[in-house]
Amino acid sequence: MTAQLETAAQPQGLRRVAIDPVSRVEGHGKVTILLDAQQRVQQVRLHIVEFRGFEKFIEGRPYWEVPVMVQRLCGICPVSHHLAASKALDHVVGADPITPSALKIRRLMHYGQVMQSHALHFFHLSSPDLLFGFDSEVNRRNIVGVAAAHPEIAKKGVLLRKYGQEVIRATAGKRVHGTGSVPGGMNKHVSAADREVLRREVQQMIAWSKDAVDIAKTLHAQNPALYDHFGAMRSHMLSLVRVDGALELYDGVIRARDADGALLFDGASDQGYLDLIEEEVKPWTYMKFPFLKSLGPEHGWYRVGPLARVQNCDFIPSPLAEGQRREFVDWGKGQPLHGSLTYHWARMIELLHCMEVIAELLDDPDILSGELMAQGPRRHSGVGVIEAPRGTLIHHYEVGDDDLVTMCNLIVSTTHNNQAMNEAVRSVAREYLDGHELTEGLLNHVEVAIRAYDPCLSCATHALGRMPLELTLLDARGAVLDRAQKSAEGGFRHLDTCAETGP
Amino acid sequence: MTRPLLVLGWGNRSRGDDALGPLCVERLRDALSQRDDVEFLDDYQLMVEHVLDLYGRARVLLVDASLGCAPPFETLQLRAAADGSLSSHALSPQALLQVYFELHDEPAPPCTLLAIRGERFELGQPPSQSALAHLDAALQWATGWLAWQASRQAATSTPGPTKA
Repeated sequence: MTAQLETAAQPQGLRRVAIDPVSRVEGHGKVTILLDAQQRVQQVRLHIVEFRGFEKFIEGRPYWEVPVMVQRLCGICPVSHHLAASKALDHVVGADPITPSALKIRRLMHYGQVMQSHALHFFHLSSPDLLFGFDSEVNRRNIVGVAAAHPEIAKKGVLLRKYGQEVIRATAGKRVHGTGSVPGGMNKHVSAADREVLRREVQQMIAWSKDAVDIAKTLHAQNPALYDHFGAMRSHMLSLVRVDGALELYDGVIRARDADGALLFDGASDQGYLDLIEEEVKPWTYMKFPFLKSLGPEHGWYRVGPLARVQNCDFIPSPLAEGQRREFVDWGKGQPLHGSLTYHWARMIELLHCMEVIAELLDDPDILSGELMAQGPRRHSGVGVIEAPRGTLIHHYEVGDDDLVTMCNLIVSTTHNNQAMNEAVRSVAREYLDGHELTEGLLNHVEVAIRAYDPCLSCATHALGRMPLELTLLDARGAVLDRAQKSAEGGFRHLDTCAETGP
Repeated sequence: MTRPLLVLGWGNRSRGDDALGPLCVERLRDALSQRDDVEFLDDYQLMVEHVLDLYGRARVLLVDASLGCAPPFETLQLRAAADGSLSSHALSPQALLQVYFELHDEPAPPCTLLAIRGERFELGQPPSQSALAHLDAALQWATGWLAWQASRQAATSTPGPTKA
């Protein structure tokens, strides 16, 4: 455990290194590291800009607007918010269950979203580190470098991503700002023309997804010492599973296992999440730290996302992905895998599973016709839990008699992984930075550990020309000792520190 | 076969002036709905799959809000560049062109960036009055630019004199 690195015993006199922002993750995150005079790591923290104000953005709106508006919370996983909000508000309009057609179209949309998100993360954001090495030339460590050295891999990534976007378009109505899912069901079927276009390519996409699993698996086999232990920490795991224990991303019951794989609880209703999970606030970051209530904040933190899901389930209900899961489990020799880089392998197994589910749903006639809307007794509250690409996503709303949302609570995937990412960063900092002169290559190890969780740190705001990466070394009084910058072209250089003062 | 000219804008409609890109696309789409030689697309961010939207186009107009350009807007003929955004979910226009080059082994079609000056990007805020004024000016320019592109296209597609 590296928890003792959360707060240095005697911060006075330590040097501070900031990685700000962390690159190749969505949104703005910052890592600060305190070093003593011998370059030994004394404190490491990952600070994240929380979804501040998002609940306020939703409160006061009519409930039927919410599934559309929540898509604007995040430019990376808008469909996950769209569906989690819809699921929560299904309960408010008494639509539990929704109709078979609506359920299948929503599932198709969701698996398309997870597939395209996993493809983007693996091929675009992580493969440069994995294919070239964490210390490789920084100018090469990006999607252009991958395209130059491995053009077929890069093309497959882009085309898989595009296919997932087309699944979303066919189900949500548009590639972005989709309106397909509404409280109580769906407002459109998949058209026969769209289905045929998607079916034509589905076997190719499955084959490429299988190739992606093979890449991840091969990387592990080539360097097990690195892949099994980099950023490793023992943790509990939480996810939805189907009632029979199968991997399930759209809807299910909540299950948690401990670090040895033993069940902590199983079959819990998503409507009762507040009985299971509590959030701790720490003064040095805006992001909360969720934990299992039954175990308390110190021992109850857990991981979510592909690594948790693939190990939490009893089986994957699609043949190719299940075969891959069995190999994954065998790799652990009966024990859960806890290395942060194993997230990539698990993520690609899910990519393959998503494509198998998409293929099955495209053959289902219910996506073309059938009742789309259901309703029942009106309620004032609803919870929607979904397994988003990065992990468990919780939407909780209360709605007044005037149809306006009076309370909104969101726990997003990245928040669940907050403690785990901090632990991973501390583990890597202690192993790779301790006692060494800091270089861009070494600091990239810290980013690689965070990136494995594919965190979504903020949302879709942006403007041209804002993408700095600057490292600053300060003394205990805040005076700048050293500054280095990753330029717009990706170069790394030290900056003149004369006349600079720290914040 | 050449696909229609593409107008691609991006931004978040619920983040103040970040809405300028999608708003510009929406208004151009409404104003030019009768033209079948132009396609319109808007998105939250510029991402790697957009290289496929650029493929086969004779010309592309990219539209985004900008904190750095002079008001009310600036235009720029884009060149491919491997900048720092290649290590991000959201690519810069220049990086998108660089990815295009690597994936297709040829330069992207000519791309013009229309950068509209924005000031504030807070969640839940509407676009500022100054940004909307910048948008009006940018729309005027874009409408003229698209008309000029149409006339160029007509001129190049008109058959030349034939031999007797």
